[in-house]
Amino acid sequence: MQPFADTLTTVAVVTAADDPEASALPILPYLPELFFGLVAFAILYFVVKSKVVPNLEKAYADRTAAIEGGMEQAEQAQAEAEAARQEYVAQLAGARDEAARIREEAKEQGAAIVAEMRQQAQAEAARITETAHKQVEAERQQAMVSLRGEVGQISTDLASRIVGESLHDQARQTGVIDRFLAELEAGDVQRTQVGTGQES
Amino acid sequence: MILTSALPVPMADFPPSPSTFWQPLVNFGTVEILGMEMTLAITRPMVVMALSVGLLSWWLVATTKRAAVVPSKGQWFTEKVYDFVRNDVARDMIGSKEFMRFVPLLFAMFVLILANNWAGIIPPIQLPTFGRIGFPIALTLVIYVVYHWIGVQKHGVVGYFKFMIPPGLPAWIAPAIFVLELITFFITRPLTLALRLFGNMFAGHMLLLVFTLGAWELFTQGGFLTAVAIPAWIMSFAMVLFEALVQFLQAYVFVLLAASYIGGALADEH
Repeated sequence: MQPFADTLTTVAVVTAADDPEASALPILPYLPELFFGLVAFAILYFVVKSKVVPNLEKAYADRTAAIEGGMEQAEQAQAEAEAARQEYVAQLAGARDEAARIREEAKEQGAAIVAEMRQQAQAEAARITETAHKQVEAERQQAMVSLRGEVGQISTDLASRIVGESLHDQARQTGVIDRFLAELEAGDVQRTQVGTGQES
Repeated sequence: MILTSALPVPMADFPPSPSTFWQPLVNFGTVEILGMEMTLAITRPMVVMALSVGLLSWWLVATTKRAAVVPSKGQWFTEKVYDFVRNDVARDMIGSKEFMRFVPLLFAMFVLILANNWAGIIPPIQLPTFGRIGFPIALTLVIYVVYHWIGVQKHGVVGYFKFMIPPGLPAWIAPAIFVLELITFFITRPLTLALRLFGNMFAGHMLLLVFTLGAWELFTQGGFLTAVAIPAWIMSFAMVLFEALVQFLQAYVFVLLAASYIGGALADEH
């Protein structure tokens, strides 16, 4: 197992056979070794403290930062997506409101138009009726006037023929016809009294 | 046996002894310091320790020099080791508020112990550095100073000693507990921390020596004992794998306890 080690051991034992250290108690320290151990550890400690640990800790910090940075980025992207979705939803709701509002307006406008049209039609109808009434009245007046003239003429002609003389001037002078017609219109003269006595 | 005589390598004595761990590569001789005799030498564990510091520094710096968000294979591996100490040891034991201050200390300690422990089974090193008690004491000393220092820093000198007594104790039992806690804080903790690591490495290496050298001893006896050497060697392979596990565990336990002592000193209450 340990040829080399044992070689050295043997050599050491042989050359230092009368060495007091060889026969010293193994639990008592050999002071040069103790001091050497302290110095050796001090050197290693210095290297580890000044070079190794700072470098490793820096790498750890960078690693943590990189991981946290990535997570932060992902969170940011998520937040952005959420914001976009919110905006989209808001827009959609706005559009719905807008559509509803427009429909409502259209309905109202339609109703208003219908009402207006109806009013206009009614006014027009009333106007036409009025005009018609007026025309009929005018025509009736006209017919009445011409009828009156003609009836007067016919009546006097007839009477002249019956009497045998012209009553035109006299009748005109006395205004008999007009008076008669006026009475007739007023209903004071009943046709039955001058006619055959038959009721119409 | 022909085989043994043909072998140019001199074998270590059997059975292995604690002196096996004393391996001066360069011996400057013995001097007298303050009335005590001391050998000045560069020992093999020192060289292994120096090499491990060099290799670890190179590996750690090379793989993290251009540490990136997307790691390379080397950086990924380093991160796995670093994360283990940073999160599963330092943060769990000290708490997420103040643990970063101690991560370099615990991480450097963990990789240093682990590398040196595993060097104990890696040819051609095969000597656990922390089987020499000077090295566990060195690291324990660092932890010892650190956790007392931050404890005093947090609670103040008097507050730190008051803090050692758990709140809500009956007055008559408090002095006894205080003495026990004092012993725990100043003697038991450092002693066990250093001895646990040392003992595991020392005993583990002894165990491997017993099996490998023992198998060799059996092999050279001839006859039936030579045949017995085969299972002994197989056993030594199994022990090497077992040692690898123990060596990792000891590195882990050492930094875990160190972190727990630091976390304990930083706690608001006992």
